[in-house]
Amino acid sequence: MTFIAKQLGFAYGLHEASFEFPQNGLITIAGPNGAGKSTLLGILAGLRSPYRGSCIFGGKEIRQWPKRDFARRVAFLPQSVRMEFPFTVEEVVLMGRTPYASGWFQTAEDRSAAEEAMTTTDTLAFRGRDFRTLSGGEAQRVILASALTQRPEALLLDEPATHLDLRHQLSLYRLLVELAKSRLVVAVTHDLNLALQFSDRVMVLEDGRIAGDGAPGNVLNPDLIARVFQVQATVHGGLNGKWMTYEA
Amino acid sequence: MKPSALKSLLLSAAVLVAVVIAAPLAGSSHIELGRAFAGVSPDHEILFYARLPRVILALLGGAALSVTGVLFQCMLRDPLAEPYTLGVSSGASVGAVIAICLGWRATGVASLVGAALVLLMVLGMAVEGRRLSSFTLLLTGVTMNSLAFAVILFLHNLASFSQSFAISRWLMGGLEAVEYSTLAWLAVIVVGVSALVMAWAPHWNLLAVGDDWAASRGVSTVRLTAMGYIAGSVLTGLVTSLTGPIGFVGLIVPHALRLKLGADHRALLPCAFLLGGAFLVACDTLSRTVIAPTEIPVGVLTALCGGPFFLWLLKSRRRSLWL
Repeated sequence: MTFIAKQLGFAYGLHEASFEFPQNGLITIAGPNGAGKSTLLGILAGLRSPYRGSCIFGGKEIRQWPKRDFARRVAFLPQSVRMEFPFTVEEVVLMGRTPYASGWFQTAEDRSAAEEAMTTTDTLAFRGRDFRTLSGGEAQRVILASALTQRPEALLLDEPATHLDLRHQLSLYRLLVELAKSRLVVAVTHDLNLALQFSDRVMVLEDGRIAGDGAPGNVLNPDLIARVFQVQATVHGGLNGKWMTYEA
Repeated sequence: MKPSALKSLLLSAAVLVAVVIAAPLAGSSHIELGRAFAGVSPDHEILFYARLPRVILALLGGAALSVTGVLFQCMLRDPLAEPYTLGVSSGASVGAVIAICLGWRATGVASLVGAALVLLMVLGMAVEGRRLSSFTLLLTGVTMNSLAFAVILFLHNLASFSQSFAISRWLMGGLEAVEYSTLAWLAVIVVGVSALVMAWAPHWNLLAVGDDWAASRGVSTVRLTAMGYIAGSVLTGLVTSLTGPIGFVGLIVPHALRLKLGADHRALLPCAFLLGGAFLVACDTLSRTVIAPTEIPVGVLTALCGGPFFLWLLKSRRRSLWL
């Protein structure tokens, strides 16, 4: 199942966007502040409604999906989570099992899904800790683990690398590439180099419209970057593919 | 749920049972159980018509206020929220104050009407906007509290000396022996609504993290928030109409429990019900006995116990993370 949007718009942020996403692969959404990236992601996640136009997931408009069924197929990661109460890491991860829960207590399957997700995201070591004591990077991985326990066919991430140091940025995107082999992964990012290196497809938004959509090497060219981001980009070729530097 | 949760639950239940058995025996005049059960006067009347109804009222009131405290703190994601934050009890107070000023005897009924009116007004506004977020609830509730406070000050200003005294006493909150029939329907509603709230415990966990967090995991957040608001308001409104506002129960019991149990509402809510009841029964027993035969209003006592505790809580906020 995947997303097909036709003339998709929202009260603010997004004017008009039409696109079709594949079943799997890593798609990054880039664009300046206020271009509509988070709004678009919010609509795809079923959190922003009512939207204009049409946004179909698995043959059905997103607003018509029963929430529980939708949450078994689509998982969303917010930029950050502000936690007021002393939930443990494991409790936070297990919350992802809610769309499968049939009652008050977790099943063995819930626990094994959480175990698996914490192994994948390398968070098993602090499963018993208070979520609020985690560093930004650790918290991000725990939130990802929670989303993975939903066993989603589509994983939507809002600026997942923002709070991470360089090493964790790379390891997160490597993990996303791995996850994208068997499902759709859509990540909003401000880092064009991460988009260039890791994604299968880049969608650039400008003023709520699609300014470029396609293979990263084609879309992220100096002309488009100058027009949309208003910086001069220089693309360098290297042993590990392309990378960019910018100046104002 | 942690394995220790069951232990905490059993311990809470044991504390409640102990407090409820001990409380009716304490008091300004000594009673003998044998004589009381044999129906000998005045032991029988003191135990069954003065003390026991009051203990049951304190038990139900404390349980309802603590459960509502947990609920509102979670829904508003605000550790400082309490049952009185969202305006319903202010409505109850206005109702009671109006009744006192007009010389009606049925202050309980009037305060119930006041609470219901506020509940309907807030819900009406929320339904009109088709959006019920914790933020709009908080703003509306705080506004309702200010409005109600202004009305109470105004009426207080107009009231006669004896009315003014009655208003002050009502606003202090206090427990008095009520009819068993009143206690029976109070028990049915408090236990029923609390059980309903506990049944949704896994969803409160998600809502305590955030609206989007809950919604992206399949929870209908608007409906859940509305249900939580109605449930908490029914509990608070009913109890307030019988006891007046009793502060701090809904604040300190939830926080003390989070320190021990963590944030999982499946453990937190049942323990809050049991220990909230035990806490108010204990406070009420103290209020009857400390300077007997004079009584300290129980609201004063919960605030005297709760205030310093809460200051300590705020002070240690930097060191400990649980608030």
